[in-house]
Amino acid sequence: MKTVFERTETLYDRPTHYCPGCGHGVIHRLIAESIDELGLQGRTIGIAPVGCSVLAYNYINIDMIEVAHGRAPAVATGLKRCSPDMIVFSYQGDGDLASIGAGEILHATHRGERFTVFFVNNAIYGMTGGQMAPTTMLAQTTTTTPTGRRSNREGYPLQVCELLATLPGAAYIERCSVHDAAHIRKTKRCIRHALQLQLDGVEGLGLVEVLSPCPTYWRMSPSDARKWLEEEMIKVFPLGRFKG
Amino acid sequence: MSEKILITGNEALAEAAIRAGLEAYFGYPITPQNEITEYMARRMPEEGRVFVQSESELAAINMVFGGAATGKRVMTSSSSPGISLMQEGISYLSGAELPAVVVNIMRGGPGLGNIAPSQSDYFQATRGGGHGDYRTIVLAPSTVQEMADLMFPAFDLADLYRIVVMVLGDGVLGQMMEPVLLEKKQTHRKLPAKDWALTGCAGRSQNIVKSLDLVVPRLEKRNLMLQEKYRRIEENEVMCEGHLLEDAEIVLVAYGIASRVVRTVVSRARKEQIKAGWIRPVTLWPFPSRQIAAAAERARLFLTVELSYGQMFDDVRIAVAGKAPVHFTGRAGGAIPTVEAVLDEVKKLMQPGKVAVER
Repeated sequence: MKTVFERTETLYDRPTHYCPGCGHGVIHRLIAESIDELGLQGRTIGIAPVGCSVLAYNYINIDMIEVAHGRAPAVATGLKRCSPDMIVFSYQGDGDLASIGAGEILHATHRGERFTVFFVNNAIYGMTGGQMAPTTMLAQTTTTTPTGRRSNREGYPLQVCELLATLPGAAYIERCSVHDAAHIRKTKRCIRHALQLQLDGVEGLGLVEVLSPCPTYWRMSPSDARKWLEEEMIKVFPLGRFKG
Repeated sequence: MSEKILITGNEALAEAAIRAGLEAYFGYPITPQNEITEYMARRMPEEGRVFVQSESELAAINMVFGGAATGKRVMTSSSSPGISLMQEGISYLSGAELPAVVVNIMRGGPGLGNIAPSQSDYFQATRGGGHGDYRTIVLAPSTVQEMADLMFPAFDLADLYRIVVMVLGDGVLGQMMEPVLLEKKQTHRKLPAKDWALTGCAGRSQNIVKSLDLVVPRLEKRNLMLQEKYRRIEENEVMCEGHLLEDAEIVLVAYGIASRVVRTVVSRARKEQIKAGWIRPVTLWPFPSRQIAAAAERARLFLTVELSYGQMFDDVRIAVAGKAPVHFTGRAGGAIPTVEAVLDEVKKLMQPGKVAVER
């Protein structure tokens, strides 16, 4: 029989705790594949955030550290400054990066830290049960915006790439999506490119934002969630390269 | 360097940390400890080591978290309000068992308070200002020389026990100059290999640094292991000194800058035929409870002197365990108890025929 697809070495072979239709598993795989393609398994340190992906170290077989909510860019600064030869990445959700950790990501970018950030934007707090995130869409219903997000009450969805791209310390900023196969392939190229830049010692921070579905807390089927991401989210969070 | 130099406590501490093998410093400006950060900004790059001015104390302690996870010797320093911001990170460091040194040059509180010296963070330092059942070793220097000397055991204890060591000074100790002999103090500790550090998993299995454990029996077991470690520290790492305790009827207990006042008070009291002695805890945790209990077998009463309104006072009372009355005198908000005021308190308590009642 001809093998057409194999699990990459850096990904553990174990059952997932993610919900059906969640994007985290796909994004974990893309990171693991990129690490293996670049031969970085033995010299990479990954940071797991607080959020649904707090257990990322159960899936990605590299040295990993789990950190306080939002503080990953500060921890990454400590890791990379102390071990400049290691490849360091943080994996953060929208609550982690854009809300409680907004200060840390802003200043890590501002200092031009040479690590990579994988920012997963699913417009909601998953682990705590579906509350509003800074990236929640207008009119989107969450458990803390039961009548839908209103701009005059909760503000507008926060566009992280657009914000960080204004900083000279940002080397590479791109937004992608994992709502269909073509975009998953494109996301893989972005992730790999960001790691390659760090490997090359490029000055400045690299960030890849990945729009990712959360069918459970969007209260949609996995296929409807993908459709909503494509038709609604991308209007507010346009895909593309913002820096570098 | 083998001759004494005149230097501030903050600078002495910073230079000693470098000599103790500090590899990365992360800090955010706050008075009265800015000399540490500024000294590190100049000296660490000279030594080819890491210095980062963080955007906040929150970031500083998390940079320490990252640096410590690589196995490097790391530290941060701050003063009271900044240390409050670091409590989350100290809890995480404790949960993940990462070694780190945190310096608190205490100032007046609560809130923004002022920039004058204080000892009002004793509870926070010794009780764990962050969440969860954890302990930090707390070292309390009382001279500029000791600000330097204690940095060597600070780093060794951190590495030996995989624990946060807090060096608890105050605005006087940080700012004042005294002659100091800067030398490398060997503690001759055999330190364990840092095989848990994140160095890349080439040639070994994955290392994970974390504090999360969703499985209750596992997290309980982890807590029990931490408690066992804390008991070992209490057994082996108490540091304190005492003087004139053999015949002391009144024992004054003070740490840090307050102990300097107390030394003078005791020698003045002796000249006035009052049998006074003193005990100075150097480790505030583990607390020298046994030494104080031993003194309580002989002494008639105790007087605790602090730049607070009675924090270490609680630990002294626990140690004395009702064997003698324990009194307190102290000032806070940046004020320092004077020799005269403390001596008056001693005389009042030691009046012939007076029955000592607590407070």
